[in-house]
Amino acid sequence: MTLVERLTAAKAAGNYQDLFDAIPYAKLLGLSAQLQGTELVTTMTFSPDLIGNPALPALHGGTLGALLESAAIFELLWRAETIVLPKTITITIDYLKSAAAVDTHARGLITRQGRRVSNVRVEAWQGDRSTPVASAHAIFMVMRG
Amino acid sequence: MGADDDARLRLVRGFSMNVPHNRALGMKVVDMQPREAVFELPYDEKLVGNPDTGVIHGGAITALLDGASGASVFAALTDFVPIATLDLRIDYLRPAEAGKSVIAKATCYKVTKNVAFTRAVAYHDDPDDPIAHSVGTFMLSTKVGNLRS
Repeated sequence: MTLVERLTAAKAAGNYQDLFDAIPYAKLLGLSAQLQGTELVTTMTFSPDLIGNPALPALHGGTLGALLESAAIFELLWRAETIVLPKTITITIDYLKSAAAVDTHARGLITRQGRRVSNVRVEAWQGDRSTPVASAHAIFMVMRG
Repeated sequence: MGADDDARLRLVRGFSMNVPHNRALGMKVVDMQPREAVFELPYDEKLVGNPDTGVIHGGAITALLDGASGASVFAALTDFVPIATLDLRIDYLRPAEAGKSVIAKATCYKVTKNVAFTRAVAYHDDPDDPIAHSVGTFMLSTKVGNLRS
């Protein structure tokens, strides 16, 4: 199956696990997604490979960036009527507090869905959703081809 | 570059290679100079984001740019103090190619009392034909145990 076929199947079934298993980097990060009510929440399950600062310990900034970017893409795929793989044009990540060695969750919010370009804001949190560990805004090309 | 510089840059290199996530991705420190760090991310199937094309995930490039940018700050400071990324903006300029290593060259171009500023490019062979460009800001002397707050 191609990625778009996997996406279509995942969306129809409401189950993203097969899709994540087909993307090596998503597996490395331990990503999974669950529908919570009407929200699509992406989770990065903790593993020691995600550590950036062993002394604290704290997660690597790159893992948080990858989680935020992935959550934004999944939100676009989830909301879009036709499936096109979004291409990241730019992403700006704000690191808000040290991310502990536990599971991290993220959810994207589409702020503008254009014909060619979509803007998404994303937040990542651990225990308390009201104090996010990182946030990002990203712009994606969403044209076919 | 004096003997003190050499010792400090060796310390930064050793520190970067001991970061668990850098090791998990297979990142290597290629070169360290005062204010500059060059990291390499060898191509590996575990980094692939699109199984149809074999192209690596943008997140892996984010981790590479974040790591090299942080190392360039350490390489610019005279004392080894804790730092924390405040923000990182990444512009994706063209797709990465499957099967090729990605190099990140980061420069810490300004240090103030509290904040360091970085820019970096990610490329395959030619820094003038970049895959991605990034700018970052880092808080200096963050207390250990209180990073990124």
